[in-house]
Amino acid sequence: METICICCPIGCRLKVEKIDGEIVVTGNSCPRGKDYGISEFTFPKRVLTTSLVFPNVTYTLKTTTALPKERVKEALKEIKKIGYKECNIGDVLIKNIINSDADVVVTGKIENA
Amino acid sequence: MKTDVVVIGGGPSGMSAALKASEQGAKVLLVDVESRLGGILNQCIHNGFGLKHFKEELTGPEYANRLANEVYKDKNIEVKLNSYVNYIDKNKVFVLTEKGQEIIECSSIILSAGARERTSGEIYLKGKRLAGVYTAGTAQKMVNFYGKLPGKKIVILGSGDIGLIMARRMTLEGAEVKLVLEIMGHSSGLRRNIRQCIEDFNIPLLFNHTITKVVGDERVCGVYYAEVDENKKPKLETEKYIDCDCVLLSVGLIPENTLLPKQTLREKFVVVDDERQTSVDGIFICGNVLHIHDLADNATEEGEIAGKFAGLYALNKLKKYVKVIINFSNKISYCMPKLVNKKTEGKFTIYMRANNNFIKKFITVKSGDNIIAKKFCVGITTGEMQEIEVEYSKVNGDLYVDIEG
Ligand SMILES: Cc1cc2nc3c(=O)[nH]c(=O)nc-3n(C[C@H](O)[C@H](O)[C@H](O)COP(=O)(O)OP(=O)(O)OC[C@H]3O[C@@H](n4cnc5c(N)ncnc54)[C@H](O)[C@@H]3O)c2cc1C
Ligand code: SF4
Repeated sequence: METICICCPIGCRLKVEKIDGEIVVTGNSCPRGKDYGISEFTFPKRVLTTSLVFPNVTYTLKTTTALPKERVKEALKEIKKIGYKECNIGDVLIKNIINSDADVVVTGKIENA
Repeated sequence: MKTDVVVIGGGPSGMSAALKASEQGAKVLLVDVESRLGGILNQCIHNGFGLKHFKEELTGPEYANRLANEVYKDKNIEVKLNSYVNYIDKNKVFVLTEKGQEIIECSSIILSAGARERTSGEIYLKGKRLAGVYTAGTAQKMVNFYGKLPGKKIVILGSGDIGLIMARRMTLEGAEVKLVLEIMGHSSGLRRNIRQCIEDFNIPLLFNHTITKVVGDERVCGVYYAEVDENKKPKLETEKYIDCDCVLLSVGLIPENTLLPKQTLREKFVVVDDERQTSVDGIFICGNVLHIHDLADNATEEGEIAGKFAGLYALNKLKKYVKVIINFSNKISYCMPKLVNKKTEGKFTIYMRANNNFIKKFITVKSGDNIIAKKFCVGITTGEMQEIEVEYSKVNGDLYVDIEG
């Protein structure tokens, strides 16, 4: 499989192959690329970023680690159910969203947007 | 009011410039028209920032906050928000605040005011002026800050990063992104955005295609689009129609450098040396207002250069050198900077954008017949800025940058 490493904006072109039962990644410039190549080959994942808009404040959010690609929409639905809470940057809004190992944290806070 | 350095624009480049100028010992005033520091990063809520500078993957707001916290901690830097700079003179900056006009005297100025998006008028989009046509950045603000979708059925013109990012964001929010049209034969966006924002959602991306006409009564109800020939003229026999209620334009950013004095030397970009000083003594420039950076990290790097030397200039510590010119081959669309001070120690970096995509090539820098720097690149794309380090001591006359091998 050929793919592009999305762990950083450099976007190395990766080649992922199964050789003698072992997954081999080439084209990466750093170890993160190898991990990404293997996971994209076996189990693709995506970080979800979104925002929650309340009358006087908007919170921007991210998941602390990547979610299984096909479950991103499900996680988004879960996030949209959150009601207003006073929060600060770095606060965890949902722990282990959709029973994954990812938390949803506040990345930014815009008052009276 | 009097200070050593005034920095205009508090995005990543301006904040980094302010920090570096202060590090030299200069007193700094950082001015921004918005009510918070961070610039465009505040609305770029996606991740993918900071790997180079912070060695960690951050979202736009997190990257902005990191730098802003450093700025607010620095006692040499004063921050002035909600303040718009409308004129600069050699040693004076004119600022409009809620209280009226204020004139700030200073020894050096750093312009880091960012870029603005190209609009429909500038790309000669045919059709009436209709509701539902937005720049991608405006749509980004609408969705991320106000939670409002600009439309339900969307066509995106241009494959710039903002458009790609918005394609994903709006798809996840329930809109249908019907098409992305790119007039060039390749994308101007980052490869990872094509992969993660377009391919992940099976959104059709057509290269060598453009919108021929936007139709509708008051609001957009569809667009005609067609393939283009090698001169980028639409081939009318290929024209097709598609329903949509929204058109997003992601057709590039334009450096907004009108604040610079009239006599400032400009070519394709404002002419600067390796210290990011313009042809007007004491005026420095960095970030997207100089040239478009696809990575905030690169804008930061450039801000640090401008900040360091603007700080030294203000303290009368900047030495003068003979300057050489950086020329480049036709495989390269531009190099930054244009001029280099012939110093004897240390290194500088040449940033460049290629005209085309290349695989497994060398970037070379020649001084006369000597190759003084050479770098192997697995992939060079038009969407991604390349860089190569050069040692000052090896510079012997004008330089020539090429892609070879
Ligand atoms: C949608 C999008 C996605 C991106 N994705 C990535 C990514 O994934 N990874 C990455 O590393 N980079 C990314 N970038 C690039 C990065 O955000 C930019 O390169 C960087 O923000 C440019 O910084 P800057 O400081 O030059 O300008 P800006 O951030 O635009 O800051 C300019 C500031 O100047 C102020 N200003 C302008 N004129 C005046 C005036 N006259 N008076 C006072 N203040 C003024 C503005 O208010 C603004 O705050 C992305 C950019 C965009 C738009
Ligand atoms: S392999 Fe490393 S350097 Fe290359 S894109 Fe992935 S994270 Fe970035």
